[in-house]
Amino acid sequence: MGSWPSHGSHGGHEPTHNVWSDVEQLQITSATPDSALLDLPWRTPLADWPADVLAALPRGISRHVVRFVRLGGRVLAIKEISEAVAFREYDLLRQLRKLEIPAVRPVGVVTGRRDDDGEPLEAALVTEHLAFSLPYRAVFSQALRPDTAARLIDALAVLLVRVHLVGFYWGDVSLSNTLFRRDAHQFAAYLVDAETGDLHRELSRGQREYDVDLARTNIIGELMDLAAGELLDEEVDELAIGDALVSRYAELWEALTGVESFGSDERWRVAARIDRLNDLGFDVGELSITTDIDGTTVRIQPQVVDAGHHSRRLFRLTGLDVQDNQARRLLNDLDSYVAATDRQEDDPQMVAHDWSQNVFQPTIRAVPRDLRRKLEPAQLFHEILDHRWFISEQAGRDIPMPEATVSYVEHVLRHRRDEKAILGLPPGEPDREGDVDIVDMDSGPDAAPEDDHFHLST
Amino acid sequence: MATVTFDHATRVYPGTERPAVDQLNLHVEDGEFLVLVGPSGCGKSTSLRMLAGLEDVNGGSILIGDRDVTDVQPKDRDIAMVFQNYALYPHMSVADNMGFALKIAGTPKAEIRQRVEEAAKILDLTEYLDRKPKALSGGQRQRVAMGRAIVRQPQVFLMDEPLSNLDAKLRVQTRTQIASLQRRLGVTTVYVTHDQTEALTMGDRIAVLKGGLLQQVGTPREMYDTPANVFVAGFIGSPAMNIATFKVDNGVAHVGAARVPLERSTVEQLTDADGGKITIGFRPEALDVVPEGTENAMPVAVNLVEELGSDAFVYGTLVGPAAEEAEVRSGAGDNQVIVRIDPRNVPMKGDTIHVTIKPGQSHLFSAATGNRLN
Repeated sequence: MGSWPSHGSHGGHEPTHNVWSDVEQLQITSATPDSALLDLPWRTPLADWPADVLAALPRGISRHVVRFVRLGGRVLAIKEISEAVAFREYDLLRQLRKLEIPAVRPVGVVTGRRDDDGEPLEAALVTEHLAFSLPYRAVFSQALRPDTAARLIDALAVLLVRVHLVGFYWGDVSLSNTLFRRDAHQFAAYLVDAETGDLHRELSRGQREYDVDLARTNIIGELMDLAAGELLDEEVDELAIGDALVSRYAELWEALTGVESFGSDERWRVAARIDRLNDLGFDVGELSITTDIDGTTVRIQPQVVDAGHHSRRLFRLTGLDVQDNQARRLLNDLDSYVAATDRQEDDPQMVAHDWSQNVFQPTIRAVPRDLRRKLEPAQLFHEILDHRWFISEQAGRDIPMPEATVSYVEHVLRHRRDEKAILGLPPGEPDREGDVDIVDMDSGPDAAPEDDHFHLST
Repeated sequence: MATVTFDHATRVYPGTERPAVDQLNLHVEDGEFLVLVGPSGCGKSTSLRMLAGLEDVNGGSILIGDRDVTDVQPKDRDIAMVFQNYALYPHMSVADNMGFALKIAGTPKAEIRQRVEEAAKILDLTEYLDRKPKALSGGQRQRVAMGRAIVRQPQVFLMDEPLSNLDAKLRVQTRTQIASLQRRLGVTTVYVTHDQTEALTMGDRIAVLKGGLLQQVGTPREMYDTPANVFVAGFIGSPAMNIATFKVDNGVAHVGAARVPLERSTVEQLTDADGGKITIGFRPEALDVVPEGTENAMPVAVNLVEELGSDAFVYGTLVGPAAEEAEVRSGAGDNQVIVRIDPRNVPMKGDTIHVTIKPGQSHLFSAATGNRLN
């Protein structure tokens, strides 16, 4: 028997015969196989999956059927999509993870699905839902203050710059294709959908500009949609937010990649450029320095920049793996610990270890276990620091960490919703298409200490 | 409306030696539907992205109408990438879903409404304009997505494998819709696919690429009837053409019992490089099943019978003397022959059938270069 036809190859050839139709051939392709995946009702079209397996999470706008399920303590996102596209996106997401781009984790591809009558069903791409992540419809809706919008757009601009730096052309940048996580006072954006993307050695200016232009159009469209559904404050200017992304992206790209020229007597500007990039959260891997023939002018241009400057430094010192702005906050607290304990001369790793043992861990442990899971530990610590600042200001004295933690738990955390997985609806309740539960981002203490959680601590 | 011209357009990716697209010369007429087709890595998508402004052009130029757009940014080229993004917004009416990009661009309200209504008429969506997308079927949603591109009234539509993420049924439906819509609108369209069936059914003309080089451009009929080389011959048509190597003696090509008489002019085109051989292509439908013992007949051992109702195909192996020398190949793989047979008279797996090539239905190529011999 010859090798033809090769069933199941995803080269685009559609087999037009039924040679293997009677054979069960469900196949799960995964780098981290989880046999629990087999228990899901793969013989049913995704749109008809029973409510008892679904996790009711708000969904973004998608051209495909997407559902969330709870499985072994994780929430998985399942998308029905053609086999070739599913494998392609799975591979792309894996490559993006290797390039350290914040993106959802691909779990696997399910192929060879058939319904009870033996009719083929579409393949499914399985990704792990990001714990503590917030979809934009939850973030943007209602009570959106201008600075919250600005922080979200900043986060998306950073993500877009990062994917462009590694040569990823996204092809469909939108809020729906992004998830946001709290990152100290800021947000960190994660890529959710890589279906239209492509990895290149380097992007052309045309690719970058097209991506940015499409992002602008999509963001404005998505906000207009929220406005049409009366889910957006009337004060919000959709066009201005879309335009803000374009200008934030351009600024950041220029800061990271632009050529700077100066006289040879201004060499301090090399170090200043590196400091500025560190400050933006980027490390400089390589910097090209050229001088003109007579040596009077120096030109510098960063060649390789990597995001995550602060989170890498914190990880080296403490082994804590957190997002960049959270790391910055923790590092600041570590610095004050070093100063307060007068240990500037000691080995930084030793001091960091002590700080973790004596300050960070006890603070987290002091939060009752049932409330602890509402936020990531690093975010909790950040918010407790903010809270301490605030109540110290009120009391006119330095409130110690344990006292601040108790106050934070009672006056703030208890009133916060669980962000490990933002539930749109209680499990089991039928899903209402296009309806999302609203998370009020501005009532939480993510806001700066000088404003609005006064009412929470009285 | 406009023509599109690739003039020696070349794209070399940094760090690679061989161009991804090598000196492409192609002229697309005003209003024409041109399909770029070829296997993965052939340069079809790169060519489209060069036209879109997403890939740098390292040599040559690209024109839309008389305007050289080689260095013009994507958003200033007056083109529309169709289907790149067609997620519909649930809270917006169908009309707003179609017109929102114009609103962003600051187009006056009355003009937006007029353009949306015109597009809706063409797309058969007029009665749905004030409804929400939720009320639409899958096919209608696809048409709203097309409407988004249409209302922008671009000079050229670009489509890069737009059907690849649709299920099989919707794919065939949408294929027909896009083709007929394009003809009604008369907008110049460049369409990329790896699927030759899609190319044959949709394009006014087809350009086949391989390894960054344009192989042939022509109407579907020309590509099917007179493929310019062995690659195009094997690529266009489904099931694919059978291709075999024959020896040439005294004006006759032969392998085993099979004999194909050659015209004198054909024989004269053979060179030393061909080494006394010729490559012959014959489509599955160019074979007659004949009784055993018929002159010139080739025996084929049946491996698989594919029955499609109106048609049936045998996938088999050439057997008998000199079967090895024939170096047969087809879309089914090396050493495989595909034969269209009478669906009411189907052999069994394991049977041997005998076939002859219908006179005048063989395609002749140089064994050395693979190019068509006239």
